[in-house]
Amino acid sequence: MAGLLELPGYDEERLRRVSEQLPCRELQAGLLLSLMGQPQQYCYPSLFIYGHRASGKSHVLNVFMKDLELPHVTVSCVECVSVALLFEKVLQSFFGGNAASLLPRSPSLSDFVRIYRQQSSQSPAKQTRYIVMEKAELLRDGDVNLLPTLLRLQELVKDNVSVILLSEIVWDKFRPNTGCFEPLLLHFPDYSKGELQQILSTDRHPSYSAEFYSSYINMLLGVFYPICRDLRELRHLAALNFSKFFEPVAAGKVKETDTHKLWKYIEPHLKKAMQTVYLREVSSLQWEQMAEHETGALRGLSAHTHVELPYYSKFLLIAAYLASYNPARTDKRFFLKHHGKIRKTNFLKKNEKTSNHLLGPKPFPLDRLLAVFYSVVDSRVAPTASIFSQISSLVTLQLLTLVSHDDQLDTPKYKCAVSLDFISAISRTVNFDIVKYLYDFL
Amino acid sequence: MATSSFSRGCFVFKPSAKKKKMTVGPERYFTHGSEGSESSEVRFKICLDLWNKVKMETEALQDELNRNILDSLLEFTRKCSSTRDHSDWASQMRASEIPTAALVLGVNIPDHDMTFQSLSDLLRHSVTPHVASLQAKECGALKHLMKRVLERLMGAVVAVGDEEEEELQQTDPELQKSVHCSLTALCDWYISKTKKSSCSAPGKKRSSSVVDGQHQQPPVVIIFKDLEAFNSRVLQDFILICSRYIRRLPLMFIFGIATSPSTIQHMLPNSVSSLLCIELFQSLSCTQHLTTVIDKLILTSSFPFKLSGKVMQVLVSIFLYHDFSVRNFIKGFQLALLEHFHSQPLSSLCCRKNEAQLNVQQLGPADLERIRQLPSFKRYLKEQEEQDNLMTDDSHLKDVCQKLIKGLHKYHKNYYPILRCLHCLTSSLPRYPLGKQIRELHLICLEKNVWESEDYQSAMKLLKMLAKGELISLLQTCAEVLQPVRSKKMKNALVQLEELLAKLKLLDVAVVGPAAAEVAPSVEENLTVRNLQKKTDLFQLQKMLLEMNESRRSKRMSSFEILRNEAVEFVDSLVKNHLSPPESKPLYEVCYYTSSATVRRHLNATPRTSIQAALSSPYSYIQNDSLKTEDGTVSNAAPDICIAYKLHLECGRLINLYDWLEAYSTVVSAAEGSNPDSDGLGKVDEVKHARFIRAVSELEFLGFIKATRKKTDHVARLTWGGC
Repeated sequence: MAGLLELPGYDEERLRRVSEQLPCRELQAGLLLSLMGQPQQYCYPSLFIYGHRASGKSHVLNVFMKDLELPHVTVSCVECVSVALLFEKVLQSFFGGNAASLLPRSPSLSDFVRIYRQQSSQSPAKQTRYIVMEKAELLRDGDVNLLPTLLRLQELVKDNVSVILLSEIVWDKFRPNTGCFEPLLLHFPDYSKGELQQILSTDRHPSYSAEFYSSYINMLLGVFYPICRDLRELRHLAALNFSKFFEPVAAGKVKETDTHKLWKYIEPHLKKAMQTVYLREVSSLQWEQMAEHETGALRGLSAHTHVELPYYSKFLLIAAYLASYNPARTDKRFFLKHHGKIRKTNFLKKNEKTSNHLLGPKPFPLDRLLAVFYSVVDSRVAPTASIFSQISSLVTLQLLTLVSHDDQLDTPKYKCAVSLDFISAISRTVNFDIVKYLYDFL
Repeated sequence: MATSSFSRGCFVFKPSAKKKKMTVGPERYFTHGSEGSESSEVRFKICLDLWNKVKMETEALQDELNRNILDSLLEFTRKCSSTRDHSDWASQMRASEIPTAALVLGVNIPDHDMTFQSLSDLLRHSVTPHVASLQAKECGALKHLMKRVLERLMGAVVAVGDEEEEELQQTDPELQKSVHCSLTALCDWYISKTKKSSCSAPGKKRSSSVVDGQHQQPPVVIIFKDLEAFNSRVLQDFILICSRYIRRLPLMFIFGIATSPSTIQHMLPNSVSSLLCIELFQSLSCTQHLTTVIDKLILTSSFPFKLSGKVMQVLVSIFLYHDFSVRNFIKGFQLALLEHFHSQPLSSLCCRKNEAQLNVQQLGPADLERIRQLPSFKRYLKEQEEQDNLMTDDSHLKDVCQKLIKGLHKYHKNYYPILRCLHCLTSSLPRYPLGKQIRELHLICLEKNVWESEDYQSAMKLLKMLAKGELISLLQTCAEVLQPVRSKKMKNALVQLEELLAKLKLLDVAVVGPAAAEVAPSVEENLTVRNLQKKTDLFQLQKMLLEMNESRRSKRMSSFEILRNEAVEFVDSLVKNHLSPPESKPLYEVCYYTSSATVRRHLNATPRTSIQAALSSPYSYIQNDSLKTEDGTVSNAAPDICIAYKLHLECGRLINLYDWLEAYSTVVSAAEGSNPDSDGLGKVDEVKHARFIRAVSELEFLGFIKATRKKTDHVARLTWGGC
């Protein structure tokens, strides 16, 4: 296994250490290493590595860069709120802080290339310099020229530099429509179940045997593998639940080798974990406390949906819901006293057979909201300023959404953003039968 | 101010330093325009004292109420910062999550500021100096968010690499360059900071600093005040960035949530929320908060200033119907307080008993005359014999006033304990005949004689049906309420109550042969039950139930029933003695603020109504006598816009501009006094034309009309009604 990674120019001892740290990624690591070539050789200008979350992309590169002591800089694109940050980081780690300070304020790409060339002529690369960009998919949102430039940076700065892009998205989604230099693609496939088992078993608890821990991992994967293949998450779950697993052993009830009994003990616990802590309904801290104290079920985050609102806000929300889900034509039927006998069939247009609730909320103007509000609320309400301010506070609470642009002061349009369950609960508190007023339920 | 510009636009005039206004003390504002200015200084002082007391009280209350949740939050931050550095196996293997406290505060957003203020103060004081609080409106984009965080934490100016701050850069390029807007900078700053602080503690021994390692690494707390208003994209990115640094930087978040915790899941996808370790904290509901505030502020005799039923109703309904904001409620209380002392000259007597007695002696002849004019005093006079004496003799009047003020204070002293007792007894009755909350009962009592109301009668009836255990426990709570009151009458009442309680308890012991008493009804019940089964007719059933009721009543009462009736009648007598409405007390105007219309006008503004009022009757705002007209008409001397408004009311949906102009010009020419017969009348000159156009565009700006494409030279009316 250790012999898989070998290339002249690198210290063999180091290569062996690297390959030890990269279980189940030997193939990819070997390919990558051969692409990188010997330290002083020019590398391909840009590599594009993609694979799902936690498939070892960053890990492989980090280990390579650190243990082989290659000149490199790792940048996460999410962090680069402006390109200036990216340029500065690159220049600083290749040429030191002085070079970075040469950058003008809000630098352009050409500024960066100019300074890079200037600096690299003073200190040319003895080894290939690597720029590793994590979450490269965010580069697409930035400057149009940024991605194509980075792909052929080697050519532009005339230096032994190579850009490695890491992403969870395939290259096809990146290609700009003006065309660009094609990077070499390298795919990191997902770990298989066996590989996950192998990797997870390596971080065993120091006070228990490797077999014991490996059997634990086996059980854990038995529960979680169907829903989660994220190594990071699995490792997190393994750490959270292990204390529960060795509890019967520590208490002396079960022997370490009796996997069947251990399974019986741990299975309900893991099932519960799947519904709560995995979904982050319950935080890991609370989960641990629960395991310690055997307290009853904690209410998850989504269990708290009740919202207390002022009286008129409730009615405003109800009016907004009605305006969102009823066609405007039908307002007459619902809110006029002498609307006559109008059946639903009279209203039905051909294309309107689908339920409005399936189509989602529709925008409505402020006037209509107020008109519905005044006919829904039972008492006379003066059109005070606080009624209007309640509308805007409903918007900030994300119970309503403003559809029209912020600048449009004249007849703003809104949509109601709450569910039927929510609005029924609200209307129950004010003794309002909302179903009677909904066109869909007529 | 004038400009030399031809174009229309906004012009900024910097205030010149010379023209700065003389700062006027609040006292000047107070005395200016207040009635009875001779006593205004005294009143201002009393008012200020009272307000300061109220403010202190409410702040203490707020702290007290928030204590629980703040304490648990502090505990959480401490725990998080201390568990970070554990090097045991489990925490090493665990993905490092950012500890996050989700603080659910309710929809009363105006109140949150105070909570967050005290929270960050507490955090700074006892856990960590590094606290940054953010508001959504200042964090539109990720770089702004980062900038705010860095600014607040490091206290320095940070460059975002943006064009907006071009000016700043010119002034101080060195500083700008040095700090870049990234978390790396924050990390470096944090490390240098913690190192410095550990070096600068020479008093500590080397060994202890190792133990104190956790305290040397205080967490960096970032508070998101209004989570709902944040852009979710920005928030996600920020959390992603933070999670990259969590190993180096002990970050911690506090989310202020107004609606419900499930918002977090709506805003953040699983990939992001899996980076957080969220713990939930629920704060006290705002209605509970209000109840305690009312309890401390209004249902107490320690503040002489009182709200009348109507004012109280306005304040409470603003709270319940509109904003749920306790802060606004207290602001409303403050307004009422100010208005009372400002508008009521006799409010100099609205202070503590001793001071009030002194102030009575200081009253001038004008004030005494005002007392004589008070409706409550007039009513009092009618009941007295020696009217003439009081009407003429000032010193005698002063003596009587002292007595009356004393009576008023006594009344308050007894009113509140009895109110609480009555609330204790009735709040657990089925269907809450006298309201669930004590404030409802208080409102009833302020309005009229509570014992005359039907609800009260039914409550008393229900009380007479209570079981023994319930009755005893209720009476006991009443006794506890009366216990601390220092008043002769209340002490007497307490003694009587305790006697009753003792008797009731004795019954417990004495009950030996209840069997004999119970045989008879059981037989009868059997009979009636059989009857019930036979007759299903509703009317019959009702009749029979009534009969049963009668027969029960006529039956001989057991000793418990006698005692129960005695207790209820005792309570009834207390209520009749002490819960009469304040209007019945002479001189109540001194303490009670009654103008609910003022409060409503100030707190619950109706912009549209006031605009319409201003347009249809300009006199009410301008107060120029020439504008005085009868109802529904506008004087032709009124401002142009009023005339245009009045004329437009006479039109239909679409208004012909030319006709409008003609009518306008006729009205205005009449106002200018030109001869109605002359040819010039109604002729449109340029000035009038211009004035008309301005009036129309003002109306358009106010939203009464808008341009329409349906017909040329027409505008559409946006309101209906009118003539």
